[in-house]
This record gives sequence, C-alpha cells and structure tokens, in this order.
Amino acid sequence: MSATEIGPRIPLGAWIESGVDWVTDAFGVLFDLVRTILVASFDAAETLLTSPPWWVVVAVLSALAFWAKGWRLGVGALLGFVVVLGVDQWDNAMASLALVLVASFIALAIGIPLGVWAARDDRVSATVRPVLDFMQTMPAFVYLIPVVVVFRAGVAPGLVATIIFALAPGVRFTELGIRQVDREVVEAGHAFGAPPGRILRQIQMPLAMPTIMAGVNQVIMLSLSMVVISGLAGTRGLGREVVSALSTIDIALGFEAGLAVVILAIYLDRITSALASRSPVARALQATAAR
Amino acid sequence: MTILAADGVFKVFGRRPGEAVRQLRAGASRDDVRALGTPAVIDASFTVEAGETFVVMGLSGSGKSTLLRMLNGLWRPTAGTIRLGDADLGSISARDLRTLRQERVSMVFQHFALLPHRTILENAAYALAVRGVDGAERRRRAGEALEMVGLGGWEDHLPAELSGGMRQRVGLARALAAGTDVLLMDEAFSALDPLIRREMQDQLVELQQSLGKTIVFITHDLNEAMRLGDRIAVMRDGRIVQIGTSEQILSEPANDYVAQFVADVDRTRVLTAGSVMVRPRAVVVVGAGPRGALREMRDAQTSAAYLVDRNRRLLGVLRDDDVLAGQRRGVETLAELTRDEVTAVGVDAPLAEIFAPSAETPLPVPVVDDDGRLVGVIPRVTLLEAMAPTESANGDGSGGTAAAASAPPGRTNGTLSAPATAVPA
Repeated sequence: MSATEIGPRIPLGAWIESGVDWVTDAFGVLFDLVRTILVASFDAAETLLTSPPWWVVVAVLSALAFWAKGWRLGVGALLGFVVVLGVDQWDNAMASLALVLVASFIALAIGIPLGVWAARDDRVSATVRPVLDFMQTMPAFVYLIPVVVVFRAGVAPGLVATIIFALAPGVRFTELGIRQVDREVVEAGHAFGAPPGRILRQIQMPLAMPTIMAGVNQVIMLSLSMVVISGLAGTRGLGREVVSALSTIDIALGFEAGLAVVILAIYLDRITSALASRSPVARALQATAAR
Repeated sequence: MTILAADGVFKVFGRRPGEAVRQLRAGASRDDVRALGTPAVIDASFTVEAGETFVVMGLSGSGKSTLLRMLNGLWRPTAGTIRLGDADLGSISARDLRTLRQERVSMVFQHFALLPHRTILENAAYALAVRGVDGAERRRRAGEALEMVGLGGWEDHLPAELSGGMRQRVGLARALAAGTDVLLMDEAFSALDPLIRREMQDQLVELQQSLGKTIVFITHDLNEAMRLGDRIAVMRDGRIVQIGTSEQILSEPANDYVAQFVADVDRTRVLTAGSVMVRPRAVVVVGAGPRGALREMRDAQTSAAYLVDRNRRLLGVLRDDDVLAGQRRGVETLAELTRDEVTAVGVDAPLAEIFAPSAETPLPVPVVDDDGRLVGVIPRVTLLEAMAPTESANGDGSGGTAAAASAPPGRTNGTLSAPATAVPA
C-alpha cells in the first residue's frame, strides 16, 4: 500500500529544498565569507605540509610520534609514511591531513565550548542532544548535497560536511567528562569561594581532560572517515582518489589510496591517544596505578 | 558569642518545595508530602557558639549533610533563616557568599576532595590561591598548615601517593590554611580505617585546643560524636530530635530513638569522672589531728578518710590503723600518716582512665579539680554501675549514681552548661 492511497504525500523533501534555496539567497554573503575562511585555512594547512621537502615533513611527523609515545610509534610512523610515498599518494595524503586538521580544529572549537555549556545547563543539554543525534546518524552523503549547493564544489563543502559529521563526539565527550567530575571536588571549589570560571578552568576541565581527549580522538577519526566521502564533493585528497578508483573500477589505485587512509588513521589515533595520557590528571592517575 | 544560628530551617528538594514546607509546618509527616518533594531538613533550629565543636549526628538520609551544606550556602534553605555572623545565608548575593566562604567558613570533605593533579602544597594552598594571596605568602601559610597536621616534607607529592589518613590531613590543612574561624566537617573521618580515624579524632581535639575554631562536625558514628562534640544534635528523618552534651544525651535521651542509638555506645569514653563521682564520706582537714581524724572515720563508719588542706586540696589518704598507731607514737601531724597508694583523677577524665587507679586500691578513687581540690570520689561499685545502660541512672546521689544529670562541676567551658533541649520527633 503506497502513501498516496491513505492521503496526500508530504512534500518534506521539496520544503527542505526550497528552504536551502532561500538560505542560499538570503545568506549568500555570509556563506561566501565562511567559504573564503575555510579555503584559506585549508590552503595554509596544506602549504605548511607540502611546501617543505617531503623528508622534512616525514621527519617532523615521525619525531612527533616519538615524542608523544616512544620509539616504536616513531619508527612505525616513519615506515608508514615511506609506504605512502612509495605508492605515490604523498600529496593526496597531505591534502587529506590538512583537511582533517582544519575540520577537527573547527569542530573542537565549536564542540568543546558547546559541551561545557551543555554540562552546566540541563536545558541546553536536552536541546543539543537530538540535534547531535540527527547530525551523526543522517547518512553523510545526504548533507553533502545541500552543502555543495550552498558552498559550491571544492574544499569548502567537504570541510563543512566533515565538521558537521565530526562535531558530535566533541560535544558529547566534553559534556560527559565535565558531568563525571567528582561532585565533591567541585563542591570544594565552591566551598572555598572560587568563582565558577575558576572552577571550570582549574577543576572541571583538568579533571575532565582524559574524557575530553577521548572525544578529540573521536572527532579526528570521524573527520578522516568523512574525508573519503567528501571526495564525492570534489574535495582534493585521498577521497577523490578513492572515488575515481571506484568509478573506473581501478582496484590498484583504490587499494593504494585506501591503504594511505588507513596509515593516516592509525597515525592520528595513536598520537591523540598518547596525548590524552599525557594530561596532568591522567599522569597522576597512572602514578597511582603504578604503585 | 553566637557564630551560627539556624532558625526554623527547612530544605525540600523536588517540584513544589514551598507547598511541602507549608504542609510540614501544619503538621504533615515526611511521607505525607512525598508527592510534593523530598524534605531533607525539617524545622531545624540551633545555635553554634564561638570556639564550640558542634556535632550533628544521624544515620544516612537523616539530612545532616544537607544541613551542613546550608551553613556555607552550598544549598539555600527553602524556608527559615541561617545566619553566619551578621550575614543571612538565605538572601546573600553570590559575590558576597564567595567572599564569606573565603574569609569565614571552610570545609573538610568525606572523600577529601583534593585535586589529583596538584601537589600536596598546592592543594593545601588552594583556598589562599582563590583569595588571591601572593605566591610566597601562600606557600608559607600552606606549609605551616601542613606542618600543623604532621605532613611536613610531603609538600611536593601528589595526593595519589598518600594514604587515606594522610590525604584527609591535607584536606584539614587546606581548611586550616584558609584561616577561617568556622570549620565545617562533613563525615570527615568516616572513610578512614578505625585506627586512623581514632588518630585523626585525637589530632583534631589537640589542634582544636590550640586553635579554638568553631567546628560543625557531621558524623553517623556516635562514639565519634561523643569524643569530639561539646554539644551534639541528633537528627532523624530530617528533624533534630535532641541537642545536648554527650552526657545529657546518654543519660537523658529525648526519646526511644535516641536511647536506642546510645545503647551501644562505649560509655567509658563518654562519661567523665565528674559525671559519676559521689560525695566522699570522710574528709579530714589537716589541722584536725589524729583524734579528729579517728572521730570522723567513726562517724562515717569507714576505715579510711581523705586528708585535705585548708583549701580542700587533697594531701593523701588516712587509714584508721595508721592513725591509731600514729596516735600511740604521739605523732601530731596527720600529713605524716598518709599513704600514697591512691591515685587521684581529674574531673574531665573519661571512665576508661579510672579503671587502673580503681584496681590498685579498694578505696574509692578521689576526684580532684584543676587546682587539686577534692571534689568527689568514685567507689568501685559506682564505676561498674556507670557502664550499665540508663535504668540505674536514678540513684540517690550518695550511694552510686550512674550518670549525674546536672552538668559536671568544675568544667570551665561555658558551652557545656547549655541546657539540653528536646524536640519531639
């Protein structure tokens, strides 16, 4: 039985479409501004990663891994990047890395303050939660369409779609982390007359930091997974390689680009987890466990 | 001087607290208003005097923690007033409340509430940092406070490296470093092992003797309440059912609930010599001579007497045979005839400390005040009776009463003589 037999069809899709059209016209200037900022940030990040000779970048990224975790990760990162170079995906990988860094940075810049706000106010939390559910579960391809309409093809729609997709864990983990902070310790802050801002900075944020860092890790991983999908919108990088391999049934290219994504993913995951365990609170807790 | 005063204080959590308070005032029970909200504190009134240790005791869910949190404004009362000094904590602005907390009232928490990523010194200095005291001064005062609680040398360690008892000492040092005159302690020793807990209690008593803070101490442990409290408020289901000194609560429980609660308390640590002592039967003033001493003993039908000087200061014990022998030898000064076998105890000594002197001699143990004056004696039978529950408390005052109803003589702390007030449950 089709919907037309029990009543008129709800033209929800058409409404959304005309809504998007209206938004594009009304806020065109704003979107152009956002687009300009996004493209400029991406260009800056990409320039940073590609203008030095490749061996400098590989050395710096491997050294970062060594500093964050130890020599194993340092050597692993070095080998991984050599493989990426070997399959001739270096430039694409750096474009994708630039995309991930810019998208994650913006997603966290929005997500962490929003999470703090939601942790302090139950009404904000109740409002934000369904919006996050929507953003996270809506098939990612779907909001690529309006985003492309609004921001036109290129890097900007890819970034916007990635930010929307990756925003949720930043908010959720921050809210969770702050709500989980020992109530008594927060109470102690109040009991000694500390103002709320000081309690947030010196008690809630540091104690929530291990959880927030887990959120940062999730944001980065989701950004990377979205980078592939945003290849559909014409964003440069590994995503576009994967999409073109898909459309030409090029198994070799598909595998090589896919492997580069995996190497980037493992690298970013290990680095962020290692950074999470370097927060003062995490280290204090490790000191206890070691005794 | 009254530091804290609560008057008809209610705290109701839930949807319609105001209506719940109205019904509670009209005589509704806690269960009657369940649909409107959860009353945590019902009609609490009390005052805490400067320098006093005021203990609020009750089982979990009795509202004692909520009550404590209203004393520094962490919760605002639903109805009634709470005054800390001149400030009304119900209507004070958030900014003034912060200033008040920084300058007048600090708090010690059950689970220590230390910052795990800050060193012991930084934790102890927290209150001073909040107040904006500069770095050097802050470290000096926090260091002093740590020294005071016996944690000198641990300044650079993290809380996780310390045992529970030591962590709570940091909590105490943090509150002491704040330099406030009021100290709120929320089940401060409850999370510690029994032995450590005793140690901390002793340390608090010791510190309190030199610091003279006004302390409100929350506990569910009656023995702890009795050890620490100048006065104790017993709470049940949100209401204060009795306020009084430990002796008053032990000997005149306001109702069956309190009586049951105190039934298994270690009475020998609560009751003092002053509260169980009786009038000595035979007292001889030093100038009376052997003849007078013997007459005194004959009249009192005893074979021994306590020898005192003109100011009633205890000099020793006289036995009838010693005095008789002395008289035959022609000794005129009674002081030469005393025996040293009896050890006197102070009026504030808990009964636990009287067993040993009592075991040394069949004579009643003499009780002396701070100036060494004989104020009473404790016969062995009295000591044994005092340990039994309250049935035997209505003695005749000369034979052997378990617990003297009146405030013990000789205690100088004014807060101890406050009358017991009983609130019907």
